[in-house]
Amino acid sequence: MRHTISVLLQNKPGVLSRVTGLFSGRGFNIESLSVNRTLEADVSCLTLVTTGDDAIVEQITKQLHKLIDIIKVTDNSDADCVERDMILIRVKAEANTRAEVLRIIDIFRGKVVDVGPKTYMIEMTGNATKLQAVVDLLRPIGIQEIVRTGTIAMQRAHKN
Amino acid sequence: MKVSGAQAFIKCLEEQGVEVMFGFPGGAVIDLYDEILKQDKITHVLVRHEQAAVHAADAYGRVRGEVGVALATSGPGATNTVTGIASAYCDSIPMVVFTGQVPTMLIGNDAFQEVDIVGITRPVTKHNYLVKNAEDLVPTIREAFHIARTGRPGPVLIDLPKDVISAMIDFPEMKPVKMRTYRPTYEPHPGQIEKACKAILKAKNPVIYAGGGVIAANSNEELTELANKLGIPVTMTLMGLGGFPGTHDLSLGMLGMHGTYYANMAVAHSDVLIAVGARFDDRVTGRIDAFAPNAKIIHIDIDPASISKNVDVDIPIVADCKHALTAMNSWFDRSDACDPAVTIKKHGPWLKEINDWKKKHPLAYVQDSDIIKPQFVVEKLHELTGGDAIITTEVGQNQMWAAQFYQFNKPRNFMTSGGLGVMGYGFPAAIGAQMAAPDRTVIGIAGDGSLQMNIQELATARQYKCPVKIAILNNHYLGMVRQWQELFYDKQYSATVLDVAPDFVKLAEAYGAVGLRATKPSEVEPVIKEALATDNTVMMDFVVAREEGVFPMVPAGKATTEMLLV
Repeated sequence: MRHTISVLLQNKPGVLSRVTGLFSGRGFNIESLSVNRTLEADVSCLTLVTTGDDAIVEQITKQLHKLIDIIKVTDNSDADCVERDMILIRVKAEANTRAEVLRIIDIFRGKVVDVGPKTYMIEMTGNATKLQAVVDLLRPIGIQEIVRTGTIAMQRAHKN
Repeated sequence: MKVSGAQAFIKCLEEQGVEVMFGFPGGAVIDLYDEILKQDKITHVLVRHEQAAVHAADAYGRVRGEVGVALATSGPGATNTVTGIASAYCDSIPMVVFTGQVPTMLIGNDAFQEVDIVGITRPVTKHNYLVKNAEDLVPTIREAFHIARTGRPGPVLIDLPKDVISAMIDFPEMKPVKMRTYRPTYEPHPGQIEKACKAILKAKNPVIYAGGGVIAANSNEELTELANKLGIPVTMTLMGLGGFPGTHDLSLGMLGMHGTYYANMAVAHSDVLIAVGARFDDRVTGRIDAFAPNAKIIHIDIDPASISKNVDVDIPIVADCKHALTAMNSWFDRSDACDPAVTIKKHGPWLKEINDWKKKHPLAYVQDSDIIKPQFVVEKLHELTGGDAIITTEVGQNQMWAAQFYQFNKPRNFMTSGGLGVMGYGFPAAIGAQMAAPDRTVIGIAGDGSLQMNIQELATARQYKCPVKIAILNNHYLGMVRQWQELFYDKQYSATVLDVAPDFVKLAEAYGAVGLRATKPSEVEPVIKEALATDNTVMMDFVVAREEGVFPMVPAGKATTEMLLV
């Protein structure tokens, strides 16, 4: 099963390699990884997506927590949370396909951020499923290149 | 008043109560050695290889129950420490290792004797540091000692660039270390204690499975109290030996791959298994689905990541073993539900069943009147030291025979590389143990193969007048691998025959130590007696039965009940 895990860690040199080294050393899987600063300058938030059964994910969270520089580990799987990736797509946009490309990205609320003689660069955010759907739709038209970020996630506010 | 980084280093060690450190100098740490020479509170033991410094610090820490300290230079000095650090990490031994580093401005330039030791040791340390700013030096050392000795103990490495130890700094006042991200749980959850105690009261066939955590937490007395109070048999891991008296009626000895028949049978037939400071290592469990298949499992461990890692645990208790066992003992003392006499009586049939197993297959070997059996040597060592020596071992058959036949009644008397299984551990560990306890008898039980991995430490032992006694169980083989080849590889003794070996007696004499040899069973006792009476480093070369095996043995991947017996 897919799990999105949020990790708050001290923003120190080498911390990221402690995390990734833990995953490679123990044979855990990382599907995607994203890390940047939080409101506190010396604290970073790392979001990673991994797959594994409950026992493996329990080990992952415990082993992460054991690293000295790690402040907090949250497995978002059981929580109601917003997950987002961002993608940049360079897609062929010639006279006969331009309208079709624009129609598709409009439906998915993407936008064109760069225009070349024969290509558009499209920026879009969404969860992994949505971005994959766009890629699948644009592929027949001719995708030249994609770059995707790792997933980031935030839990929704409590309703009551 | 300003002090140099090197002076601050010495002051920090003093405030941590360090009395002995083990090390080897080099260009990057000359400043530290210059300060070491100027003071007399800390004894520096010059080893002959950095790996030995770390193993010696490991054993020193174990004997004293303190943090061991080792020092090495940059580059090769640092890389030579890695095996020792990894061993200490696997065995949860508190230790701080200092390595030299090239000046900060040269880091990353592939300078002479530069290596990224922090990167290299990241997976084998509890934590590690590269000190880039001189003003971080003192807080880092204090934090490192705190991390090494608290929670689940472990080795911490500090990499010290040359300019950091030569810089002039203010020496900050000592305050208690407080860390936002590191707060180990010592106190058990009362609800979990109650659940565990109730499960124990319901048990018909309970077994305590004690590991190294019992010794690390100094909780052998609390463990013994619990076992005695309710009449629960106790088996121990290799690391747990001495955590419960080996000669006690309730002791089952060691469990696992070379554990006793009765320990493995008892665990397999238990209905409640109480794991205390143990981690369900594969050498203990054998085939995992056949390990204690009908037991409700209670697991006390200070490291939450150890719980349900290999075996699903029914009642986890995250706590220091001493705190948890104390809480359990007092629960039983207070509870109306518990009448110890009734519980002990209820366990009668179970203890009888175990005693039948003990009678059926005791730990045994076939005695021989002409050839020395290695087990006989270990038994004689036990007899002639009154079971009161500090024993260190190498790795392999010698280690297992020591574990099986030297019955440890007290904690911190048995030093072995348990988790990593390092050949070459035992001799430097014996030196470390002797430095920690100058008045005790220290015996290193060794194989002729393992011993040669750090045999250069004869010089260290002599230099510091360590009267350690090395007992070589010499079979001219790499015996444990040979045993596997005999049993599972059609007797193809590939690369395990040690036909060429030094004359250990002459070798000892070459270093100014004493060499003794026994080739017949009748010579074993006189040799040991002479060694024990000698105030010098002694090497006893016991020429033993070449193809003797360690039994019982659970073949890899089999259930622990599928033992090969003598």
